[in-house]
Amino acid sequence: MKSAVLTGEHFINGDVACAEGALASGCRFFAGYPITPATEIAETMSERMPQVGGIYIQMEDEMASMNAILGASSAGVKSMTATSGPGFSLMMENFGLGLMMEIPCVLVNIQRGGPSTGLPTIVGQQDMMQARWGSHGDYEVIALSPYSPQEMFDFTIKAFNLSEKYRLPVLVMADEVVGHMTEKVIIPDENEIKLVKRKKPKGPAEKYWMYKADADLVPAMASAGEGYKVIATGLTHDERGYPAMNAEAQEKLIKRLCDKILLNKEDIVEVMEYETGDAEVIVLAYGSPARSAMSAVKMARKEKIKAGLFRLITVWPFCEEQVFSLSKKARVIIVPEINNGQIVREVERAIKGKAKVISLPRLARIHTPQDILNVIREVEK
Amino acid sequence: MKQSEVHPMDKLIRSDRMPHIWCSGCGLGTNFSCFLAALDSSGLDLDLCVIVSGIGCAGRASGYTNIDSYHTTHGRAIPFATGLKLANPKLVVTVFSGDGDLFAIGGNHFIHAARRNIDINIICINNFNYGMTGGQFGSTTPLKAKTTTSPYGNFEHPFNLAHVASASGAVYVARWTSLHVRRLVTSIEEALLKKGFTFIEIISPCPTNYGRRNQLGDGLQEMRYYKEHSVIRHGIDPKDAGLSFNGEIIVGKFVDIDKPTFLDNQPNLSKVEHKP
Repeated sequence: MKSAVLTGEHFINGDVACAEGALASGCRFFAGYPITPATEIAETMSERMPQVGGIYIQMEDEMASMNAILGASSAGVKSMTATSGPGFSLMMENFGLGLMMEIPCVLVNIQRGGPSTGLPTIVGQQDMMQARWGSHGDYEVIALSPYSPQEMFDFTIKAFNLSEKYRLPVLVMADEVVGHMTEKVIIPDENEIKLVKRKKPKGPAEKYWMYKADADLVPAMASAGEGYKVIATGLTHDERGYPAMNAEAQEKLIKRLCDKILLNKEDIVEVMEYETGDAEVIVLAYGSPARSAMSAVKMARKEKIKAGLFRLITVWPFCEEQVFSLSKKARVIIVPEINNGQIVREVERAIKGKAKVISLPRLARIHTPQDILNVIREVEK
Repeated sequence: MKQSEVHPMDKLIRSDRMPHIWCSGCGLGTNFSCFLAALDSSGLDLDLCVIVSGIGCAGRASGYTNIDSYHTTHGRAIPFATGLKLANPKLVVTVFSGDGDLFAIGGNHFIHAARRNIDINIICINNFNYGMTGGQFGSTTPLKAKTTTSPYGNFEHPFNLAHVASASGAVYVARWTSLHVRRLVTSIEEALLKKGFTFIEIISPCPTNYGRRNQLGDGLQEMRYYKEHSVIRHGIDPKDAGLSFNGEIIVGKFVDIDKPTFLDNQPNLSKVEHKP
């Protein structure tokens, strides 16, 4: 049997790195539907899963793909699906089921331009708000934003770990540039990869309640076939998992589903800061535009402009406290995104008017460093 | 509890969930009992048996069953069940749901799971309408039947579910009515023990909605109708087993074949080398 962890240096694209990251996380079930620019993830999985004793299944659509991974994870197997905009829309229905049933798994979105069929092979970051609000109802999500093939590997592992720890589907919100970019990816030794496993019930099966949370607000999860007589439903339910059609049950459940993320933000949220210490102009970016932003900041520093980069690694939950604290030094926050301005709204909300926020939207193309540098120079005048 | 107060199926029911939501005269209680009886008599390890359902009246059965149970989204029980089965092949996975759930919103999932021969069992309660939402017509409603959204009589051709199942690749196809309890129990038991994608359709009364709007009488009268109009035709080609508004109801075991499942056909690449 071929190793699941291909330790060593590789020259691979972000999609392939993502698939390898999943395998290194112990993912042994992949269900998907072909869609550009996420296809290479499915192709890699179809080749690799049989090598490691896992299952690759090509479903009839993305609704089925999302449901199949929820089913597989319910049987105790780490599972993943990958898609792009149109498929992401279809997955939203059962992303909600995963949030409601609290089933760990990973959903990767290699974003392209939309709406509708949009731009199948051209970059976009237009699904960032859909990631947050795309399924109906109130909830909190975890979404990561990689900006290199190496991070496609690393963050897929991180996504699995967060999903197992907090019992929910976790989103990897990559974009086409990162998915199709080929770079050096270092896959570490298997024993250097830290994996988190979901909390399992300890007491007798008769006393097990599927949704009775511990102090960390996360309930232990029994798998099908373990004798715990699991009862799970997409209906609002009580701690036993029994449907409960009333306001008290709804408030209690939704509050816990949100709080298990919000009260653990310190553990979940990760950002990367470069030269922000004394920065008066900060570029706040995520995904592929953050690469251009990094170059722009370095160029600005050479021109003695006090510029810095604040990169969102975790986009959701949004790190509003950290963003607000940027306003202590920075006069201006520039937000380049490959959309019409989505996360910039969160930045404006977080900054509470204490700094000027400039949206730098682009559609269907990545900002060049010069694009961003020009704005930095402009605000520096 | 006194012995006389213990129902023989109590061990298989979450009795603290009772009373159930089903209307009086509905066939679901009987159909559900048949499923439980078959589970009981199958000799299967109940810890490995899983019930999955979608949305609708029939979908509530999962939450009443005292085994691992998953009540999923509308139409999506089959892909969820597919994930469960492929992730742990030891599980015996049964989807218990309604005709609207499995064949309208979930129709695509049904035909593809059958095509792949995923080793799961589908029990479809066909009451010819969407009961839970108040009785609208669906993909199984016979021509001319009245429902809340076909006030002039249904003018859409219905599916012949047994034919759909057979044509899609199911290895076991049977149809019974809620009246045929012993034959139904035998069929469900056969399906539970059979390898591959099995399909059992249960024609079931919905006196509250479908029955009332079509002057079929109460649940008991619908059962009488089944008694008078059912014809057992084992082995008949399912394409000839279509149903009509007031015609005969062909029941029986139509298909019972063997072929490799999705898991049987998995590649064994234990020696393949891979270079990314």
